[in-house]
Amino acid sequence: MHAALHLLLALALAPLVPGIVNRVKARVGGRAGKPLLQTYFDLAKLVRKGVVISETASWVVWAGPIVSLAAVACGLLLLPGPGTPAPVAFGGDFLLLAYLLGLSRLALVLAALDTGSSFEGMGASREAVFSALAEPVLFLCFLSLCAGSGGLSLSTMLALPSPGPVTAERLFVPVILFVLLLVENCRIPVDDPNTHLELTMIHEVMVLDHSGPDLAAVVYGAALKLWIFCALTALTLTPASGLSPLAAWGVFGGLMLVVAVAVGLVESAMARLRLLRVPRLLGWAGALVALSLVLSVWR
Amino acid sequence: MEWFGISLALYALGGLAALCPRGDGAANILGAAGALAGSLAGLAAFCLAPASAQAQVVLPWGLPIGALALGLDPASRLFLLPVSLLGAACAVSGAASLAGHGHDGGGGHGRIGAHWFFFNMLLAGLSLVMAARDAVCFLLAWEIMSLAPFFLIGFHDEEVEVREAAWVYLVAAHLGAVCLLAFFSLFFTAAGATGFDALALAAADGRLGAPSLLFLLALAGFGAKAGFYPFHVWLPEAHPAAPSHVSAMLSGAMISAGIYGLWRAAELLGPGAAWWGWALVAVGTVSAALGILQGLAQANLKRLLAYSSVENMGLACLGLGLGLIGRAGGNETMAALGLTGAVFGVCNHAAFKGLLFLCAGEVLHAVGSVRLGHLGGLGKRLPVVGGSFLLAATGIAGLPPLAGFAGEMALALALLEGLFLPGLLPRVAMAAALAVVAGVGGCALAALAKAGGLAFLGEPRTPAAAKALPPGPAARAALLFLAGVILVAAVFAPALFSLAGQAALAFPGLDPAPARAALAEATAILAAIGRVGLALAALVALLLFLRRRLTAAHGSRREPTWGCGYLAPTTRMQYGPGSFVEPAARVLGPAMGLKAHLDMDTGYFPARARLVVSAPDRLRLSVFTPLFEAVGKACDALKVVQHGRVHLYILYVLATVVLLLAWKL
Repeated sequence: MHAALHLLLALALAPLVPGIVNRVKARVGGRAGKPLLQTYFDLAKLVRKGVVISETASWVVWAGPIVSLAAVACGLLLLPGPGTPAPVAFGGDFLLLAYLLGLSRLALVLAALDTGSSFEGMGASREAVFSALAEPVLFLCFLSLCAGSGGLSLSTMLALPSPGPVTAERLFVPVILFVLLLVENCRIPVDDPNTHLELTMIHEVMVLDHSGPDLAAVVYGAALKLWIFCALTALTLTPASGLSPLAAWGVFGGLMLVVAVAVGLVESAMARLRLLRVPRLLGWAGALVALSLVLSVWR
Repeated sequence: MEWFGISLALYALGGLAALCPRGDGAANILGAAGALAGSLAGLAAFCLAPASAQAQVVLPWGLPIGALALGLDPASRLFLLPVSLLGAACAVSGAASLAGHGHDGGGGHGRIGAHWFFFNMLLAGLSLVMAARDAVCFLLAWEIMSLAPFFLIGFHDEEVEVREAAWVYLVAAHLGAVCLLAFFSLFFTAAGATGFDALALAAADGRLGAPSLLFLLALAGFGAKAGFYPFHVWLPEAHPAAPSHVSAMLSGAMISAGIYGLWRAAELLGPGAAWWGWALVAVGTVSAALGILQGLAQANLKRLLAYSSVENMGLACLGLGLGLIGRAGGNETMAALGLTGAVFGVCNHAAFKGLLFLCAGEVLHAVGSVRLGHLGGLGKRLPVVGGSFLLAATGIAGLPPLAGFAGEMALALALLEGLFLPGLLPRVAMAAALAVVAGVGGCALAALAKAGGLAFLGEPRTPAAAKALPPGPAARAALLFLAGVILVAAVFAPALFSLAGQAALAFPGLDPAPARAALAEATAILAAIGRVGLALAALVALLLFLRRRLTAAHGSRREPTWGCGYLAPTTRMQYGPGSFVEPAARVLGPAMGLKAHLDMDTGYFPARARLVVSAPDRLRLSVFTPLFEAVGKACDALKVVQHGRVHLYILYVLATVVLLLAWKL
């Protein structure tokens, strides 16, 4: 019941997260900003438009966004709610989540290469490489949670932790997951999602040639992916047990808002890193999470 | 067992029939038909016997030692499955590609018969290797299996690179065989008999002098065949040089004989030290990581695929290592999952890599090159090839709806078991291995996206690619057969996994009850994954339907790719193989072995610049080439005694005889 609730919430509210991020950026920058529901308006507009497809492209260019969106949406099946297990939960299910995100990425990368544009090829190659570098860090995060909680499934490792001293994995892992959120969703220190040309070099540039319903699938898929990462970060932060289900949902919702606002603040406060610095950022994240893993294994 | 015999007989018949001088066309058809019929009989042998059945026959033969002892058990059956499956597909595809080959440039008259003879020998040798239950018989079969590819790789021996590749292969195969000879000889001197049962008994009684030495010999000997990291150098040479159906066979079936051999050696040696398992884990992770990184750097489609084989064999080795660690430490869950993951991974790899190599072969036929920089846009002209390639690429990157993910999942579950091993160091090592596996998965995705994307998508980069013609019906049938196998395996992944589990359950030294429980749990997990896969398929279908409705309502039109305001783009502006890996090369360049050579005029009015990006095998250039050159120089010194005067040679013989007699006295 609760599991289905989270699934529906994610499907319905995911486009709100980019809206919150944008509103925070606008407020910090002294502007009024777009409406909070702008992503919904965009999606509604896009599905009512026709499609323009490149003459170079084959079926891959329109199948890509569909497979990508479907894979991310299936990833939601593995995401637990606060204190409630996910609709599908088993030992090692975080692998399935990671590989579903990988399938979604592969579909978009191939769709980008299908257009034959040099810009999109550039985005595709960067997306493939940075995500390959981020993957071990993500796994180490999950392993650290596994070792700390003794559970091998997302639903047990993200269950409400027992009260007690703050453990290593609860200290470092949320930070690392937040960094991974920025990398995997191509947010500011890594990539700028608001521009479409020279400053944006990864995700947005891969979908330059998508339009209409195809672009809607891309936008919605990106929102769902952002939701997944925000939820993972928020769930590792959800505090000690003893909360009633309603309170747990309330805390979770509040933390989702906090994470979204934090993304907005980071995007306002920082400039985009030079691309060379991104692997270094991931290296730091990896070192930190390895430390956290060793500490949680040690106990 | 009967069907297995029929299959062997058909291979032999096909091979001999191909040699009968009746012209190339007839030889082509007879040889391929023999290979196809033998493989189908092999498939029947797999399908008709229950998975856990054991069978053994001992036939008389005239040799003084050893016996022609053949047997089939679950492990043999599973390792034979790739041979039969790929044998069938490669026979058809090879017949299609060699038809009419005798006249134009390539091999001369009569060579096609020899080719099919050795192809059938390879299949028969592989089958015998998997079935041999006696050391002498095993070594003979191993030699047949190792020698046949030398002649198959050298099919286009008018080209220098091909001759060189065949030599590199031959040297690697025989350096491995020397280790195996030493392995079985030492075993034989301790056991006093050559049957596998007797050898296992000797190991169990503790009659072996130095079991760890034997283990290392087996690792080197079988590792050379499987292409583990320091011994992988022959793979990227041999696969691009060989005809594509041969590459498919070598990469899909022959290198898994190395994994099979290690499996048998681990069985024979019995539960040994835990460090054997750790050594395999180390070799496996290093092979997987360096293999895929070097693969990512390649600009030649077949070399890329060859390095990807190094990666996959590394993962299988990792699984075997987990099996040995689990067996030594009494952790049946880890052992069963690791072993099952290894054998399941090998079977998956055979289907995926076989299909990828056959697709590469069709690309070579259609365009005349497999350099990614010469391809592009082939998906539209060769839709069956492009679709099959993308399907197999998704599978070999281990992505979920296909069975490749099930193999990786089993390995990962075994590694996760390691998080709860006693001691800090083993736990951290297991976590590190899992992180490496994750990175390998990401890099495999990038490498295969590069291969598939640059070859089949975008604009054609050369006129030859723009004029490519689709393959004929027979070649297409071979591709569709393997693609069908992949899809069926995806749907029945849990059932196939529990079938593969039979091999792990028959592994000696495991307590069957907890192992069976672990496998049942893993099968349940795979069933859950299957349900997610089903949801994925349903969702894709729904979205496709929605998209069709929406585009029907609001229209769809085609325009040129947006060039950011630039109106005269050329196909050379597309991302190519060098530029695609540039971001990776900045971070991982040394590990990938990428070399960039830039020729640029530094004056004020620079002329044409030249940039060459290549990825030579660093290990081959810096270790093996100098080593073998030194060996060659040392051998040159012996030329003093080899001068062609027969009477002196007779004197040598006489001197040797006298010396031997004197020594005896």
